Amino acid sequence: MTLSPEPIDRPQLAAATAPHLMDAGSTTRRMMGDVLLALLPVVATSIWLFRGNAVRVTLLSVGVALLTEAAVCRMRRRKLSLPDGSALITALLLAMSLPPELPSFSVCLGAFVAVALGKQAFGGLGQNLFNPAMVGRAFLMACFPAAMTQWTLPVSTPVATDGVADSAVDAVSAATPLAAAKFSHQFTDLESLLTGNVAGSLGETSAIAIVLGGLWLLLRRAGDWRLTLGMLGAVSIGAVAELLLRGREAGFGWLSHLSSGGVLLGAFFIVTDPVTTPLSARGRWCFGLFVGIIVMVIRLFAGYPEGVMFAVLLGNAVTPLINRWTLPTPVGGPVVLPRQPTSEEGEADA
Amino acid sequence: MNWRTIFGLNVLPDFARGVHPPEHKSRTRDLPIETLTEPEVVTIPLLQHAGAAAECVAQPRQQVTAGELVGRRSASGISANVHASIAGVVQAVTAVPLPNGRRSLAVPIRRLAPGEDSNAVAPVADRLFGGVWAESDIAVARPLDILHAVADAGIVGMGGAAFPTDLKLRTTPERPIETLLVNGCECEPFLTADDRLMREYPAAVVTGARLAQKACGARQIVLAVENNKPEAAAALLAASGQFAGFRITVVSTKYPMGGERQLIPAVFRREVPTSGLPLDLGIAVINVATAAAIAGAVLRGQAMTHRIVTVTGGGVRSPKNLLVPIGTSFQTVIEGCGGVVTDARRVLAGGPMMGFTVTDLTAPVTKGTGGITVLSAAEIDSAEQTACIRCGRCLDTCPLGLAPTRIAHAVKFGDLALAQQNHLAACCECGCCAYECPARIPLVQYIRAGKVELAQSASE
Ligand code: SF4
Ligand code: SF4
Repeated sequence: MTLSPEPIDRPQLAAATAPHLMDAGSTTRRMMGDVLLALLPVVATSIWLFRGNAVRVTLLSVGVALLTEAAVCRMRRRKLSLPDGSALITALLLAMSLPPELPSFSVCLGAFVAVALGKQAFGGLGQNLFNPAMVGRAFLMACFPAAMTQWTLPVSTPVATDGVADSAVDAVSAATPLAAAKFSHQFTDLESLLTGNVAGSLGETSAIAIVLGGLWLLLRRAGDWRLTLGMLGAVSIGAVAELLLRGREAGFGWLSHLSSGGVLLGAFFIVTDPVTTPLSARGRWCFGLFVGIIVMVIRLFAGYPEGVMFAVLLGNAVTPLINRWTLPTPVGGPVVLPRQPTSEEGEADA
Repeated sequence: MNWRTIFGLNVLPDFARGVHPPEHKSRTRDLPIETLTEPEVVTIPLLQHAGAAAECVAQPRQQVTAGELVGRRSASGISANVHASIAGVVQAVTAVPLPNGRRSLAVPIRRLAPGEDSNAVAPVADRLFGGVWAESDIAVARPLDILHAVADAGIVGMGGAAFPTDLKLRTTPERPIETLLVNGCECEPFLTADDRLMREYPAAVVTGARLAQKACGARQIVLAVENNKPEAAAALLAASGQFAGFRITVVSTKYPMGGERQLIPAVFRREVPTSGLPLDLGIAVINVATAAAIAGAVLRGQAMTHRIVTVTGGGVRSPKNLLVPIGTSFQTVIEGCGGVVTDARRVLAGGPMMGFTVTDLTAPVTKGTGGITVLSAAEIDSAEQTACIRCGRCLDTCPLGLAPTRIAHAVKFGDLALAQQNHLAACCECGCCAYECPARIPLVQYIRAGKVELAQSASE
């Protein structure tokens, strides 16, 4: 009966469930790849600003995170999950959020905790409740509070701003712009905040680099813009409110609030982690706003000068709750239970 | 409401969410409908529709003509007549695999002698769809006669669900039909059969729609076509322009616009109740191919013996829009298109988004088979499955506003109650969620499995 030039070889025809067409541009690996690409300018700028320390912290964090991931995969007898890139992203984000002078041992410990406790203890990729990088950082904050708040000016700073700099010393300890504003009412100029020429965590200082990478991340849909916009929006509202209440002199200023501390890195890279944020679009708005509000509450009223890490972890904690409240209702209303089996529904175009 | 709508850039009717898969329609969209050479054997399944199988009324060795009844609709509830699609001799009833994976009894018919049959008088396509449709004939057709003709001809929905059309058009005083929505949205990638029908035989579609309107008593007809089929829309407009209460609506091109639960909100801004039917809104939906079949049945006495099938995909040598006798095996249809290439991997009944894989090519074309898509190895996605990264893309694309990852994972972990809380039963299996899922979770597979389990637990 087979007259065709190439008789159809039956065993070759595989059975599978529809759909048989997938969005080639939407894969886990591609999302992770885009996040890594987006992190490139941030990492590069941090190396340019902080030189040796940036290289040291980044390499240690990445090395330990990858080793930990590999070891845990082996222990759990799972397929090696390094190719999905998530451990690498965690390591880079952790490194970018650490102070440049942090001792090597602490960096390693932080990376280990981030991957082992922050992610793998929950069951690996997609299972963790909290952002792994922030778990690692919180652990370090608890263990080494002094080292974690020891800031230095970038190596590339030509002239030290407050005159205490000894030209022979290559790392200058200094207060972060937020701490300076909060505790001694010294305000950093915006230009330094944008280029990153201020004291702070490795990857948090340069607004330009973060926004550049972050826009790529959002444009490629590797992160949801609603999270970013929600967080930046809430911080903006807080900043404007501060200006109105405390006046131009005492307030830190809108752009300064946005571009200092961990807000930008947090808004573009930390809260956009899909795993630890709500599922629905509405939920993601809520999450972004929530984190932004907590950041401003900590900045304006609490003892710490900065609070992105706490805000994100708190947000992660309430994510299941947000999910519960914001899951969409079906078009046409909820299913009526119990219902008649209606296989004979009308005509759905194939 | 998206940003385009807000800025007035997108004035076409649209529904929320959904996806934009690559269309892949260029292989066949400009190929005129061809008629398959009459096959030696056709196998007419007694179950080609939603509901109960028809009862066989043909005797072995009986000689039948094309269009002769071989299966009478079952007296119990929902069912439809089936007819011989070629003239020939009836063979012993056998069981055949259906394109959707089920099995059915079927009546094989062997062609008498090559070329010697009644169809030689006029080409099948002309007989079914061509020529002029006399206005006087339409005017004298009475609603009940139309319904009877439709039922006798065994007409069922040709868009996929294959629900008997006469039952759909039957109105009751309690639930009148206000609007007849004719669905010309062929949203499934690769397929162009409806597009070609609308372009080549718009008069048949328009006539059938008007007859259906008469039968159900609707006050207006809305015929919806996506804006990727401008030729079809123009042809229909030309064919229907002079009739009052007949509106052609161009809607935006998005998958799954052809689903009635998407099309109705897009066109009328009203949602079909999840556990209800379009009838609850006073709307009856028929597909354009069904409309054309109604015209042939009522005005020319043609039973549903043929359908237009798009044979396409990178795995088939010469893709075509083919007019095929019902009951022709997939094997024969594919051979009629030059056979497959060496790296053909999957044969689908339908298109890639909702089509079923066919592994046994003796399966016959049924009334609901709108396309045969043969995918080559290169057309099959090769991204590996990872854990769900909770990105929410499945929620962002689900046209019904469900949380697919929730449903699928509830089914996966055996929590049927949780799956139901997340509206398992509402899912129309359109596949948007799985299309977009970066982790390649087989969401639809889980959801289908969940529905099967639900049905089993309900029957216990
Ligand atoms: S799209 Fe896939 S990976 Fe994303 S939430 Fe849904 S199931 Fe999970
Ligand atoms: S859950 Fe069902 S209705 Fe929603 S996108 Fe997936 S298959 Fe379609």
